[in-house]
Amino acid sequence: MTKIARIAYRNLLRYSRRTMLTSMLIIIGIVAVLLFIAIAGSFKQLMVGQITDSMLGHLQVHRKGYVASIDNSPLNLNLNQKQTKKLTQILKANDHVLAFSTRLKFGGMLSNFSETSNIRLNGIDPVMEFQTVPLLAQRVKGKEGSDSAPTLNPGELWVPETLAKGMKLKIGKQVVLIATNKDGSVNGFPLVVSGIIGVMTGPGGRDGYLNIKDAFNLLRVKGTEINEVAIRAKKMGDLKTVFSELKKKLSVIKNKKGKPVFEIHTWEKISPFSNIAKIIDLLTLFVKVILIAIVLVSIMNVMLMAVYERVREIGTISAMGTSPRKIWTLFLMEGLFLGFFGAVVGSIISLGIIQFLNWKSLTISFGRQDMLVLLPSIAFSEVVITALIVIGISALATLHPAVKASRLEPVDALRHF
Amino acid sequence: MSLVEVKNLSKTYQMGETTIHALKDLSLSIEEGTFVSIVGPSGSGKSTLLNLIGVLDQPTSGSIRVAGQEVSRLNNRERAEFRGENLGFVFQNFNLIPVLTVYENVEYPLLMVKNEDSGKQRDYINELLDAVGVLDQSSKRPQQISGGQMQRVAVARALVTRPKLVIADEPTANLDHDTAYKIINLMKKMKDQWNTTFIFSTHDPKIIGEAEIIYSLEDGMIKNREVTGGK
Repeated sequence: MTKIARIAYRNLLRYSRRTMLTSMLIIIGIVAVLLFIAIAGSFKQLMVGQITDSMLGHLQVHRKGYVASIDNSPLNLNLNQKQTKKLTQILKANDHVLAFSTRLKFGGMLSNFSETSNIRLNGIDPVMEFQTVPLLAQRVKGKEGSDSAPTLNPGELWVPETLAKGMKLKIGKQVVLIATNKDGSVNGFPLVVSGIIGVMTGPGGRDGYLNIKDAFNLLRVKGTEINEVAIRAKKMGDLKTVFSELKKKLSVIKNKKGKPVFEIHTWEKISPFSNIAKIIDLLTLFVKVILIAIVLVSIMNVMLMAVYERVREIGTISAMGTSPRKIWTLFLMEGLFLGFFGAVVGSIISLGIIQFLNWKSLTISFGRQDMLVLLPSIAFSEVVITALIVIGISALATLHPAVKASRLEPVDALRHF
Repeated sequence: MSLVEVKNLSKTYQMGETTIHALKDLSLSIEEGTFVSIVGPSGSGKSTLLNLIGVLDQPTSGSIRVAGQEVSRLNNRERAEFRGENLGFVFQNFNLIPVLTVYENVEYPLLMVKNEDSGKQRDYINELLDAVGVLDQSSKRPQQISGGQMQRVAVARALVTRPKLVIADEPTANLDHDTAYKIINLMKKMKDQWNTTFIFSTHDPKIIGEAEIIYSLEDGMIKNREVTGGK
């Protein structure tokens, strides 16, 4: 076998132009696929990171039925103090949970004394919120010249950027917030704009923020009442484990009617970006299929050409006594080596380009977000899998030409001109 | 002792609706260690006969025994195995592999057919190349050497597996007379040196005389058998 491999290797070296052309096709295919996987993957990771780390958290727990009517921020599906306490205990006991943040979300009216507009608000505990969604601070602009994240003390409000522009709101400006509580009672009080928060794609991306104590006061909540708990897992990779563990624990807590009190969702169920992520995965698969087609067609074409070009050579080696099986193996090895060479060189070039792109800091705009820095990266297993697919397909593509070569009758092949 | 025994050999080809009788009930016997020539006009069946004796093709009827084995009904794999064990070939168009050097062309059957480690056979390959007079060309590619030299390499390649029989179908047809004469003499020398039986076909009347036994073919039948003993 090693002797045949040596001859196959030699043949590839000697038919250098053909080898180079085929290898180039495979290399271009592999580079395109690996770069696509790296860039699309990093885009996905970046967006998921932005969504989970600055807004949604990894998981969210609500009272059963809340997510179905999330768009109108219902206050009649709040979790009371007892339920919140139970939930808090469960979250604190789970080793995979890094942090969590209790939120009270509601809709209201914002007035700058000359104009009034609708606003969706998140009442938060800033400390818990920053631990759960650490990138939130990056979205908020405070006073000009200040490097630190703006505060959200009682009496302060973060206004979404679009609303701030429309209502000409600046840091330090006083506004009035009006809201109706679950009993239908309207209340309002003044707040000072302490931050302008950048908008994001997805639910909650255009919400304003206030301190949860102010939310309680505004809605005249006695004690504690929340309607959302955002959770940050220690590792994003553990999400499924945390989700199933928490789901199991929460599902046993029932109300008086014997129905579950809580519902838990991963960020994917809440954000529409998860569909974009699925499309990216589908595109990656599609690009891989294209690569397979490129490799299959190019190698099959080249190896078939090689068989036709080398009919007399095949006849000669067959006349010498080379068995059909050896001829088959010889051609198969040539195809395999072509695939292997293309896969290795393509992978190395791809990794080099990925490094270069990281060094150059590739920036993109997505929706209203500008200057997002992509850090393309690819898992070693992905490179290996792609290379193995290419090598496997090379072997598959060579099967037909190899069989054709091995079945040539020497007496006919020797007559070929 | 007969190395080749052909009995009542017939070969027909179908060309459209026409049946061509390339060989008709042909019988012959070739002794071991002889230098045999098959002569005859184009279409007389020389190449067909050599292809059948060389186990490259199968007869329509009749039997062929080569080196004591009936070869007319072997399957593809067995025929390849038999050729590798017992036969060597020299072709009219040399059929050297263009991408391999002279040395590699001679080494090729050892690697592919005999499964031998060519490193251990290096001296033997060089000895053969020296014997056919192309040792100094061993690193060149076929297109870098002359037609005569290419045929010398082909002779060395045919002998490298130490075959009992070498079949040469018009080995001098693409060579000028002097070179052709040298090639035939080289084959004779090799026959003596390696005790190999040679069967070659030719048109060239001056070369025919070099053979020890001459079979004349016409219309697929042996017209004459002449024992000259060679020059």
